[in-house]
Amino acid sequence: MGWAIALHGGAGDIPRSLPPELRLPREAGLRHCLDVGIAALKAHKHPLDVVELVVRELENHPHFNAGKGSVLTSSGTIEMEASIMDGKSKRCGAVSGLSTVVNAVSLARLVMEKTPHIYLGFHGAEAFAREQGVETADPSYFITPENIERLKQAQEANRVQIDYTQPIQKEPNDAAAAARIPNGDSQIGTVGCVAVDGEGNLASATSTGGLVNKMAGRIGDSPIIGAGTYANHICAVSATGKGEAMIRGTVARDVAAVMEFKGLSLKEAAAYVIDQVPPGNAGLVAVSSTGEIATVYNTAGMFRASASEDGYSEISIWDSPIKVSN
Amino acid sequence: MGGWAIAVHGGAGVDPNLPKERQEEAKRLLTRCLDIGISALRSNLSAIDVVELVVRQLETDPLFNSGRGSALTENGTVEMEASIMDGPKRRCGAVSGLSTVKNPVSLARLVMDKSPHSYLAFSGAEEFAKKQGVELVDNEYFITEDNVGMLKLAKEANSILFDYRIPTIGTCGAGAAAMDSPLQMNGLPISVYAPETVGCVVVDKEGRCAAATSTGGLMNKMTGRIGDSPLIGSGTYACELCGVSCTGEGEAIIRSTLAREVAAVMEYKGLRLHEAVDFVIKNRLDEGKAGLIAVSKNGEVACGFNTTGMFRGCATEDGFMEVGVW
Repeated sequence: MGWAIALHGGAGDIPRSLPPELRLPREAGLRHCLDVGIAALKAHKHPLDVVELVVRELENHPHFNAGKGSVLTSSGTIEMEASIMDGKSKRCGAVSGLSTVVNAVSLARLVMEKTPHIYLGFHGAEAFAREQGVETADPSYFITPENIERLKQAQEANRVQIDYTQPIQKEPNDAAAAARIPNGDSQIGTVGCVAVDGEGNLASATSTGGLVNKMAGRIGDSPIIGAGTYANHICAVSATGKGEAMIRGTVARDVAAVMEFKGLSLKEAAAYVIDQVPPGNAGLVAVSSTGEIATVYNTAGMFRASASEDGYSEISIWDSPIKVSN
Repeated sequence: MGGWAIAVHGGAGVDPNLPKERQEEAKRLLTRCLDIGISALRSNLSAIDVVELVVRQLETDPLFNSGRGSALTENGTVEMEASIMDGPKRRCGAVSGLSTVKNPVSLARLVMDKSPHSYLAFSGAEEFAKKQGVELVDNEYFITEDNVGMLKLAKEANSILFDYRIPTIGTCGAGAAAMDSPLQMNGLPISVYAPETVGCVVVDKEGRCAAATSTGGLMNKMTGRIGDSPLIGSGTYACELCGVSCTGEGEAIIRSTLAREVAAVMEYKGLRLHEAVDFVIKNRLDEGKAGLIAVSKNGEVACGFNTTGMFRGCATEDGFMEVGVW
């Protein structure tokens, strides 16, 4: 046993040809966030604090699709959402439709702790943010040039993308499409973190800017308890991918359900659940109460990092890890 | 085995002292809605069409808390939400934060059928409604005198009301239970009550299941507050095996992903519908108070609740029909 942590920066059609100038900052981001999480666990911070801390870091990182660096709606605006859940108590908090809140995951936590509700959205959530005095910024803070470009391409292709400019699953990979992107960059996604401590306390948090070119007001799986985020006494799960598929598949919830009702291990359960989602649509990270880690995806890749108390750590994008140590 | 089945509900948690006339009024409405659903089933309408049709009736009638007759936000306005799910392919649609859409469940259906997304909220949802040409009315249309009075009482008591039609706080059954063990929500000393959300579940002759839920939410809720009703897996769920609609304390329903739970124990543990419903109500709600209605692809219908009463009605093709409050 002992602590374990896993985090992700999104699953999708991440091409192996991803140029270093785009790959390296993301790897560095994953490494940094993993280190932050490990330090917090070593300092005996509660997993709920750990996942919030790590997701804040991921939100602040401009190369992941959450907080700064969020993808844009069809109107070129920002609408961020997040959720957080504590495994032991199953208390949870969620927010949607944020446009000025620097750390959506922290607002989700405040909804959980400071209101009689679980989920606040849009103008109500923004008003609550002001009441709570959380850090806010002008919407322009969140918008990056890469995302303006992504939106342009998506609108030209007239398609909603899971943050990747590669065609959606049924169509053949179009290298030419990738070439049209000026900087060749297309890989960002939802972010999330799951953690367990030595006592079996579990927590999960997920945060995102959503789908490129989404309709204003569109809510995905990230703020939906049971879809993008779930934690109970068995495991904690944070999912990423095509929101609509995760919602109908109740992906995060099902991992725990399959472990409980079918007696599968964490890894088996994660694989089982991801298998039920159409290929190219989903990924997740999960930890169990006994310190196991699972990172599974049915897309080309998933930005992820994980570590456990026994000294294991890994940072990966595709199947072969960039760095593993044990 | 086989044949159609239908169930409707108008909320879980009823004051034991509820005046007889109110109980009769509720039973008449539930009966009327059942009859409409039964007619539709006899005319071979599919499950998804029937649940929408029946919930539209419940929204249009001011008696329960959905559409006209919705509970009011802290600002005295109405913010409605709904979700609908079609079992066969688990397609789903949900809406939140509606203030001018006459029938939220129908907009949820349009999100499912006519948009690339699963869930739209607030001004984005209203925009979509305009583009779809659905019937729009002023927010005042939804506000009833009863509810204006109830909001005033709620503010005076500075609490969120369970059954908003009870004139005196503290005399209702749920309130009495609350006083035995002071009800807390998210650790705050605030009483948790849930007014009468509506819902319908149907299995048609072909064994297709569907579910829909609609509500105005909690009386005196913060603006922007989203409850369980629009959340797939919590308030609503349907798959090949069953259709489920829940009502009661939103937090309890979300934490226990109640609707999905019924289907999960059927799917992963092989329980029959009645066993699944009993199991979930007994074991998954902890201190939470809620109820649900469910149908299975085999033509069975079941309901369960751990509250003092639930407004409900159900019928099956072999002639069984029952409407109840307790």
